[in-house]
Amino acid sequence: MRFEVAVMRFSDFSAADVTRPHPNPQNNLAFFRLRFLTGLQYRAAALAGVATQFAWGFMEIKVFLAFHRTNPAAFPMTLGQLSSYLWLQQAFLAFFMAWLMEGELFDCIGGGGVAYELCRPINLYDMWFARSAATRLSAGLLRCFPILIVAAFLPEPYRMHAPADPVTALLFLLTMVLGLLVTVAVCMIVYMLTFFTISPLGLRLLFSMAAEFFQGAVIPLPFFPRPIQAVMELSPFAAMQNVPLRVYSGNLAGHALLRAVALQLFWIFALVMLGKWLNALAIKKTTVQGG
Amino acid sequence: MIVMKNICKTYKVAKRNAGFKEAARSFFRREYENVQALDHISFTVQDGETVGYIGPNGAGKSTTIKILSGILTPDSGECLVDGRTPWKNRIDHVAQIGVVFGQRSQLWWDVPVIDSFELLRDIYSVPHAAYRDNLDELTELLDLGELLRTPARQLSLGQRMRCELAASLLHSPKILFLDEPTIGLDAVSKIAVREFIVKRNQTHNTTVLLTTHDMQDIEAITKRIILIGKGRLLLDGSLEDIRRGGEDIDKTVAELYRSYEI
Repeated sequence: MRFEVAVMRFSDFSAADVTRPHPNPQNNLAFFRLRFLTGLQYRAAALAGVATQFAWGFMEIKVFLAFHRTNPAAFPMTLGQLSSYLWLQQAFLAFFMAWLMEGELFDCIGGGGVAYELCRPINLYDMWFARSAATRLSAGLLRCFPILIVAAFLPEPYRMHAPADPVTALLFLLTMVLGLLVTVAVCMIVYMLTFFTISPLGLRLLFSMAAEFFQGAVIPLPFFPRPIQAVMELSPFAAMQNVPLRVYSGNLAGHALLRAVALQLFWIFALVMLGKWLNALAIKKTTVQGG
Repeated sequence: MIVMKNICKTYKVAKRNAGFKEAARSFFRREYENVQALDHISFTVQDGETVGYIGPNGAGKSTTIKILSGILTPDSGECLVDGRTPWKNRIDHVAQIGVVFGQRSQLWWDVPVIDSFELLRDIYSVPHAAYRDNLDELTELLDLGELLRTPARQLSLGQRMRCELAASLLHSPKILFLDEPTIGLDAVSKIAVREFIVKRNQTHNTTVLLTTHDMQDIEAITKRIILIGKGRLLLDGSLEDIRRGGEDIDKTVAELYRSYEI
């Protein structure tokens, strides 16, 4: 019964949304440009980021090599697949890491700056989605190339390999875009819930930890015991980096790949719907602080 | 045209006495007090009018601005701004108005001001030619020049406020809401802001509704004042209505506040 009510509200909301003048696609590009410019403004941060990711990548590969030495038969991936997975993870860190949320958005929800955001002729959810996606995309693109280029020339077993064929490369790009959208949609849920909790601390911690663990950022999902892995792969978090990084090296292919893409699409739809519903609720009850 | 009719708004505020025992008690049973921010506020503003909206702290000035700009939904009453109800057609509505909150910033902190302007241009879908013209005009009138190339965080408050004003006018709104636009500014910046608002009103016939605690703002900019206190509208008239022969404006207003016991 409760669920029915929720569904009804969904449809009310989307009907209202359609009648509004649609934001033009220029908006998304505008956020991307601004974020890219902001990224360029902070040269030291970009360099430090690249350096950190190199150090981290080496360390992780070292740890997994130690595992491999003790029992190569129990290793669920080839060493080449693992190196590619970890380097791609470091190169595109900004695409998938849930903890990279926008501090400015939390500040503006808690501090009342959201008043200005509500003065813009765009749906708040759409605007912030575009903004978050732009932040991740520009940060990722600014930092990935040094890592990808160097990783391609490292000695074995550290070397990152090229994808097996053009189809795999295309599938990698496609699933990476979908994974990025899932990541943004998950973060949007956190922003929207912050309208109700005001302080983002608890939510951020909870979502960041859960997302890290369940998306295979700490340990790639194939390393988990079979039954646990099967459950984990259904979660929205597994639709983030787990899919593209395994597609790249051929660890995920065929029927399993189709299922993973379907899950990615499902989660984008479900999370965006949930986020938009929360957004409508939040705006209805927003009372901006001060005054 | 702006029409406000019997607008009411109450806020729910959680209250408790000091002390650990009280804190623990309120953990289980919270006491709320309803604060009436606006109590049957009605007024009409014609196109091209400049109105000063004054009252002591907590009178409900910002609440009114937020209702007029579609951010808050009132509990009851009607409000039409050029035929639109702000909180019902929020997105259509905000495309047609400009808002400046003196105590907040709409500029992106880290990048030069011009980048924020271009983002706003795209958000409001301002055609490039119109944007160029607007920007040139605003740059000249507000003396923005080099400021446009400076990151917002490195601007002084006065410089930033000039940029905020420009930012709120890039899409050529017919109505401008200013919530304490001169707060914290030095004398030179205040005068620059006032002169600009007056000029904008004269050249573009922009309707201006402005809240302030600075009576010189009122003297310089507005022909009409609306006084509210404790959420009620107390006076709607001209500066001359309240002033008694050559007296200092601040004293006049302080006297007025006292006479209404607000």
